[in-house]
Amino acid sequence: MTHEEIRELIHPYVDGELDVANGREIEQHLRGCDDCRRLEQRVRTLRTTLRKSLPSYSAPTKLKRSVRTGLRNEARPARPFLSAWLLFATGTACALLILAFAFFQNARATRDTLTDELVSNHIRSLLATHLVDVVSSDQHTVKPWFDGKIDFAPEVRDLSSAGFPLEGGRLDYLHGHTVVALVYRRNKHPINLFIEPAATRDHTDPAASTRRGYNLLHWTQNGMDYWAVSDLNAAELREFAAHFTS
Amino acid sequence: MPHLDAAFSLARFLMRNEDDARDVVQEAAVRAFRFYGSFRGENSRAWFFSIVRNVCFTALKRHRVDETNVEFDEELHGAAGPAVDPGKEIDRELDRQTVRAAIEQLPPEFREVIILRELEECSYKEIADIADVPIGTVMSRLARARQQLHQILCESYEREK
Repeated sequence: MTHEEIRELIHPYVDGELDVANGREIEQHLRGCDDCRRLEQRVRTLRTTLRKSLPSYSAPTKLKRSVRTGLRNEARPARPFLSAWLLFATGTACALLILAFAFFQNARATRDTLTDELVSNHIRSLLATHLVDVVSSDQHTVKPWFDGKIDFAPEVRDLSSAGFPLEGGRLDYLHGHTVVALVYRRNKHPINLFIEPAATRDHTDPAASTRRGYNLLHWTQNGMDYWAVSDLNAAELREFAAHFTS
Repeated sequence: MPHLDAAFSLARFLMRNEDDARDVVQEAAVRAFRFYGSFRGENSRAWFFSIVRNVCFTALKRHRVDETNVEFDEELHGAAGPAVDPGKEIDRELDRQTVRAAIEQLPPEFREVIILRELEECSYKEIADIADVPIGTVMSRLARARQQLHQILCESYEREK
C-alpha cells in the first residue's frame, strides 16, 4: 500500500474496523512514518476527548409522555367514529350488493321460467286438439268470446291481409294467471300470441329470444304484455309483430 | 420504549435544538410503531436510528429552504478548510459545551457519523445501514468529519487561551 492509501485506512484502523492482515500492514507502516503516526495519535486523542466530553441527552419526560400517548393512539385500530361509519358503510354496501344480485338472479330466473312456460304452452296447444276454443277468422267473433271469461279486453286484430290470418282464440294459463292466446297462422306455421295486462303502461319494442328452436317476441303496448311464440323464422315473426302493433 | 434516549441524542445533535428534536423523535416513534410489522432485521436499534435520521433530514431539508444552508456535497465539504497545523494538538480536556458547539458547526452529514460512531458506538456497517450509504462513504465521511472537528476544537482552544 502507498502512503496515501495507508492514510485513508488510519481511521478504520483506530476504530478497529480493519481485518487482521490490513491492520498488520498499517502497524508496520506506522512504525516508520512520523506523519501517519501523528495522524493516528490525533484520531485517538479526538476519540478520547469525545468519549469523555460528548454530552449525551436523555429524552425529556415531556417527550416520553407524548410518545406513550402517541403510541396508544396508534395502537387503537381506528377512531371509534370512523370505524362506526366504516362499518355502517361497508354493511350497507354489502347489503345493497346482495340485494342487487338476488334481484338480478330472480329477474333472470323469472324470465327464464316464463319463456319456458310460453314455449310449453305453445307446444301443448299444438299437440292436443286445443289450439283454439273459439274457431273464427273474424276478430268480431273472437273478441266478444273472451267477455266474462277474463277481466280484461284483449285487442284482436285480423291480419290476413298481411299474410297472417287469424285462426281463433283460447284461454291459457301462464305463471299462475289466465291469459288470452290468439292463434294466427303464416302458411303452415301457427303463431300463438299470449296477451295479459302488463305491470306498467310503458311501451317496449319487440324483443326477440329463442327457446328449444322456437322464436319468441315480447313487447308491451297500451298496458298489455304480448308474447308471440312460433316455429316461424325470426324475421317473419318480427313482421307479424310489426303488423300487429302498427 | 427502548432506544428513546439514544434516539433523542441523535436527533438533538442533528436538529441542534430541543423542540425540533422532540418533534422528530415523536414522529419517528409513531412511524416505527406503524412499520414495525415490516421490520425484518435483528438490530432494532439501528433500524430505529435510521427512521429518526430520515425524519431529521427531511425536517432539515425543509429548514434549508429558509436558511442559506447549502446542499451537502461530499467532495466540497471534504476538501474544505486548510490543513491543520501538524504541531497543533488538543492537549487538554475540553468542556462539554465546547465539544457540543464544535459538533454543531459541522454539516449534518458529518454530525451524523460522529454521533453514531463516537456516542452510540455504532460499527461502520451499522452506520452504512442507518444512513443508507456504502461503507466506503462512511469511512471517508468519518475521516473528514474528524478532521474538521479537530480543526474547530483547535480554533476554540486557541481562542480560549
